Amino acid sequence: MSKKLAFAVLAAFSAVAFADINVGVSVSATGPAASLGIPEKNTFSLLPTTIAGQKVNYIVLDDATDPTQATKNIKKLITENKVDVVVGSTTTPNSLAMMDVAVENETPLISMAGSAIVVEPMDAKRQWVFKTAQNDAHMATAIVQHMTDKNVQTVAFIGFADAYGEGWYKEFAKIAEARKLKIVASERFQRNDTSVTGQILKIMAAKPDAVLVGGAGTPAALPQKTLKEKGFKGLIYQTHGVANNDFLRVGGKDVEGAFLPVGPMVVAAQLPADHPVKKSATEYVTKYEAAHGKGSVSSFGGHAWDAGLLLQSAIPVALKKGQPGTKEFRKALRDAIEATKNLPAAHGVFNLSPNDHQGFDQRARVMVTIENGTWKLLK
Amino acid sequence: MDLQILLLLGQDGVTNGAIYALLALALVLVFAVTRVIFIPQGEFVAYGALTLASLQAGKLPGTVWLLLALGTTVAVIDGWRLLRDGQYGKLPPLLIFNVGLPLLAAGALTVVTPANWPLSLQVLLTMLLVIPMGPMIYRLAYQPLANASVLILLIVSVAVHVTMIGLGLLFFGAEGVRTPAFTEFSFELAGAPLQGQTILVVVASALLIIGLYFFFERTLYGKALRATAMNRTGARLMGIPPTLAGKLCLTLAAAIGVFSGILIAPITTIYYDSGFLIGLKGFVGAIIGGLASYPVAALGAILVGLLEAYSSFWASAYKEVIVFTLIIPVLLWRSLTTRHVEEEE
Repeated sequence: MSKKLAFAVLAAFSAVAFADINVGVSVSATGPAASLGIPEKNTFSLLPTTIAGQKVNYIVLDDATDPTQATKNIKKLITENKVDVVVGSTTTPNSLAMMDVAVENETPLISMAGSAIVVEPMDAKRQWVFKTAQNDAHMATAIVQHMTDKNVQTVAFIGFADAYGEGWYKEFAKIAEARKLKIVASERFQRNDTSVTGQILKIMAAKPDAVLVGGAGTPAALPQKTLKEKGFKGLIYQTHGVANNDFLRVGGKDVEGAFLPVGPMVVAAQLPADHPVKKSATEYVTKYEAAHGKGSVSSFGGHAWDAGLLLQSAIPVALKKGQPGTKEFRKALRDAIEATKNLPAAHGVFNLSPNDHQGFDQRARVMVTIENGTWKLLK
Repeated sequence: MDLQILLLLGQDGVTNGAIYALLALALVLVFAVTRVIFIPQGEFVAYGALTLASLQAGKLPGTVWLLLALGTTVAVIDGWRLLRDGQYGKLPPLLIFNVGLPLLAAGALTVVTPANWPLSLQVLLTMLLVIPMGPMIYRLAYQPLANASVLILLIVSVAVHVTMIGLGLLFFGAEGVRTPAFTEFSFELAGAPLQGQTILVVVASALLIIGLYFFFERTLYGKALRATAMNRTGARLMGIPPTLAGKLCLTLAAAIGVFSGILIAPITTIYYDSGFLIGLKGFVGAIIGGLASYPVAALGAILVGLLEAYSSFWASAYKEVIVFTLIIPVLLWRSLTTRHVEEEE
């Protein structure tokens, strides 16, 4: 009993002495997802270092796009750095790997990955997991909507031969079927393929009205380039995974005219003044570009910024219920994040609930096209 | 599948196959002469393409610093040895090649930006920046272990490969590049559009292979390399230093790698880690040639390219599986048809 008491006193004492809030971060700053992870990493240095009068420390680790390393990182963050909340990781497999450790230690986890399976279906585990990036379903709905508006009847899909491509195909096929779109071909390619001629020829033989490229980053430029080269005349759609400037640089004139859904942040300057996220998105873009140069901002860093916004809104609430470094604080923080309502962020407006740990609605996406080497908002 | 698709796929396969063939030849060459399975071969492809792209973007490629660092290390190690042995006469060429030229390149590139130079000069500069790394890497990584077993040399190769990939990420970043096409020329052949760049790749590869043939058949250095490949000890007794042979063949391997990188950079997007997979497919070709026969390795590499093209049409999700599974029947066939020769040590 006295031992327990001594421990409690010690804990209370240390909580008072070291009342800093520790935020653990694991991002994929190297490896295949590095182009997504690097802007995320850069964003953490822009986040406020004091929230509600408490000092906040961000401990940023790199998981090299490797789920094993991501698991090691979160274990280290929790046991050594005694973090109150973990943000990470960049990719879906890494986030899923980190989930178990977070739940075991009752530490809230905010993922920046794309796939909905990180927060769905809601169960005992996922109670501790939140996600700032739009679900694929949000984006797929926007694409299907745009296709039906353009009177597209038949569509072909070419995507990565990995979780990203498969995930997109599933979401897209589900929604397309419901809207009477016919998928006439479904092909796969590797991120580092040097040629997709075979797949493209097969797609063109099926004569679709439109093609959706289910890829992320610069590798997604190759199918579109090959389509153009082989004289495809239909519409070409990309996913929000390509929304960075490197894609425009690598794709050049070959990717002109592509349609894709993006988070409104990507075209923050073009948003109408009354758009609900215009202000919050512009704030992030301005801050990031001030630190890293004009045109350097990418949509992925926005997910990290949004994780920061969730914390900034939840931490003051949680502080009333417990001291940082304690189990109570972590629990209170989880509850406070879950209760976030009407929080405008860089990518949308957060309205979380016990069943929806993502919290975005249709305001979290806009359709854009590529025109003269930039993203152009479609009205 | 109609004739046009068949032709287009064949064209695609031959283009990629030509690049794989070049790399397969380099791998066979390096293995025959030094017994090194040169895994970093692909990295030279990536370094070549990315250095060229950096130059065109008006940036100072990180390879300059790597060249400088490698050159200085070589100069310090060899310079110390020369000083100790009192061979002062050999110092100036050593210093000029390993430190002077890289310094000159670094200095010149900080003053002028070659972004607006003609393409041919940019290509030349890229080659001057990346190719010398071949012999330098041989000097630092392989020469101290030149007599080690094939397995140890393979382990060193893996280490060099991992180091070069890491440095590639540091120098060039995670994103890929594509350089502008050498030619926009294109025409129709039997109803199938044919890009000038594609023809360029095939023709340039063929020319390089012919060039290599003449190098090995007609020049003293080429003959020295062949002699070393056939019998190391014998070649050494005839006065061919194994170090020279090693450095020379890594220079050639680096040159072939950089050349391939420059050739395919306009066709596809090259990332800091793209080289490995391209090199690996060349390796499958080299294996078909038993790491010994140049013509069979080249044909094997073209077969890999064709197989890749046709399997990407029929079963795109399993393309890599199909290509790399090819190695199993080939190994089986080779182990059944050839007698196993114990390595002479």
